[in-house]
Amino acid sequence: MPADQPADQPAPTQAEISALIDGNLHLEGPMLPILHAVQAAFGHIPAAALGLIATALNLTRAEVHGVVSFYHDFREAPAGRHVLKLCRAEACQAVGANALAQDVLARLGVDWHGTTVDGAVTVEPVYCLGLCACGPALSLDGRAVGRVDAARLQDVLRGVGV
Amino acid sequence: MKVYVPMDSAAKALGADAVAEAVVAEAARRGMTLEVIRNGTRGMIWLEPLVEVDTGAGRQAYGPVAPGDVPALLDGTLPGLGRVEDIAFFARQTRLTFARCGVTDPLSLDDYAAHGGLAGLRRALGMTGAQIVAEVTDSGLRGRGGAGFPTGIKWNTVLGAVADQKYIVCNADEGDSGTFADRMLMEGDPFTLIEGMVIAGLGVGASRGYVYLRSEYPDAISVMNAAVQIARGAGVLGPDVLGSGRAFDMEIRVGAGAYVCGEETALLNSLEGKRGVVRAKPPLPALEGFLGKPTVVNNVISLATVPVIFEKGAAFYAGFGLGRSRGTVTLQIAGNVARGGLFETAFGMSLGELVLDVAGGTASGRAVKAVQVGGPLGAYMPPATFDTALGYEDLDAAGGLIGHAGVVVFDDTADMLGLARFAMEFCAVESCGKCTPCRIGAVRGVETIDRIARGDAEAISLLTDLCETMKDGSLCALGGFTPYPVMSALTHFPKDFARRKEAAE
Repeated sequence: MPADQPADQPAPTQAEISALIDGNLHLEGPMLPILHAVQAAFGHIPAAALGLIATALNLTRAEVHGVVSFYHDFREAPAGRHVLKLCRAEACQAVGANALAQDVLARLGVDWHGTTVDGAVTVEPVYCLGLCACGPALSLDGRAVGRVDAARLQDVLRGVGV
Repeated sequence: MKVYVPMDSAAKALGADAVAEAVVAEAARRGMTLEVIRNGTRGMIWLEPLVEVDTGAGRQAYGPVAPGDVPALLDGTLPGLGRVEDIAFFARQTRLTFARCGVTDPLSLDDYAAHGGLAGLRRALGMTGAQIVAEVTDSGLRGRGGAGFPTGIKWNTVLGAVADQKYIVCNADEGDSGTFADRMLMEGDPFTLIEGMVIAGLGVGASRGYVYLRSEYPDAISVMNAAVQIARGAGVLGPDVLGSGRAFDMEIRVGAGAYVCGEETALLNSLEGKRGVVRAKPPLPALEGFLGKPTVVNNVISLATVPVIFEKGAAFYAGFGLGRSRGTVTLQIAGNVARGGLFETAFGMSLGELVLDVAGGTASGRAVKAVQVGGPLGAYMPPATFDTALGYEDLDAAGGLIGHAGVVVFDDTADMLGLARFAMEFCAVESCGKCTPCRIGAVRGVETIDRIARGDAEAISLLTDLCETMKDGSLCALGGFTPYPVMSALTHFPKDFARRKEAAE
């Protein structure tokens, strides 16, 4: 799973990016696998990758940018050290997801897509984790938590140092 | 002694991993020999983590189990639920597509075969492509992803197309709120999807397949990838399927968080590496699909149902159901509900029986106010419609749609104006942007509902008009079906839209 990994790493080199591109070029429709590989490695899609991908796939840089910007998963800048995704979909709303989200955002002092000032956590909305029978649901760094109540929320927030 | 602890992500989200670790640790402390099997879920999510213990005299179920319950579990003193098959919720189901889910080790091909797996494929290998397609047509199977198009007709179009390469693409972009059947199946019985795709490939003459799986399902991605490798290693996939001399291989591809990619043409664009923008039809994907080649695009549940049709025969499958809705429907009961989970049954049960009887009403104990059937683009049905039978035509006649068969229950605290606004907001966020009614209409829809919330009653007719435009003018179901939740909320719950007016005055 190409997770949203925290950054704080040195800028990726051209050779590192090219190796990830080359490893996927044999696929039919290699664009998304390449972007997932790049984001898994660097926590975001660095601007330097756009031109390299464009050349490798015989596209314009603008076309690659168009693809990257279309999808919610791809970031132009690294996320915080942890990524907390809160489900906003109807099934979770039916069991209090809106109040839970307000609580989390207020306690972290961020809005949707925001990162706490210490860089610890980025909060993202997600529309369904497939945990609709045990909402409200969230995921922390790809690990799902269901039926989130005050105690479970406290555990999750402790996990991100809050 | 065998102990089954589900590795399904809903079970894990409720603590199954900690329970499995506690079982291993406690057994080691006692010097007990036992085997922990991480199975899929039986689908009774309110009982998760649901642990089954097999001491040789049948599997006894316990749940929900916490790590602290493990010593009593191993002592045999923990109060149990009896056999899973005897629990009322489970006993009244007809499990065809999900027959193995929760029973077997998802990644054991031997376990799969021992429970009827590969029997369908072996039978299909003795049939011509036309015979395979005819079998699917005779079963009455329709697209379980929502549109309900007859699967056999779709396959027949691809069979008849002439091309050097054809594809089977599985739409596993299950983005609808209230739906989790695809996830549960892929995590709990991945080989049945693989087997279904191989049969589809043999049927239409396609040698390659893809599963387009959403990134929000990391566990399903890893299980499916592992299953594909195991199937390839065992010769179920590859250049010589089960020694038949016929080829079929497949890959798992991961989406990138765009809801609209669940629409089949947007999915194909995404798979090709483009923006997930909807394509105009024609040409049909059956004739010009992935990379311009003839392509079967089917939902997970549709494809995963194919093996049982071949194992037991088209007539057996078609023997279940109601009218033109044949076979079983995998209902997903979610939201504010006492007994949430997956319930597979023949088409035809009434909505009220499902919500009030099977699911036991709300978890909060309050009255049911509305049930959203068919995902975020499905209608909100009030209790007055509870006699509606769960079938494609019956729901359509009641102003709803069965969609991917998600059923989300709301109690009487639900704010229907807020939910209608959310539907428009969701459409605005997720619109691919290609057609104006969806791209602009959804934004205007949010604004118009905000006007209604501020007490502007004239905006109600504007909203109705806007919904008509979106319904008739949108290119795909995202813009075209968003009016279902909005208009059903407005029609069935006018007080939620008028009360705000009084409050504002």
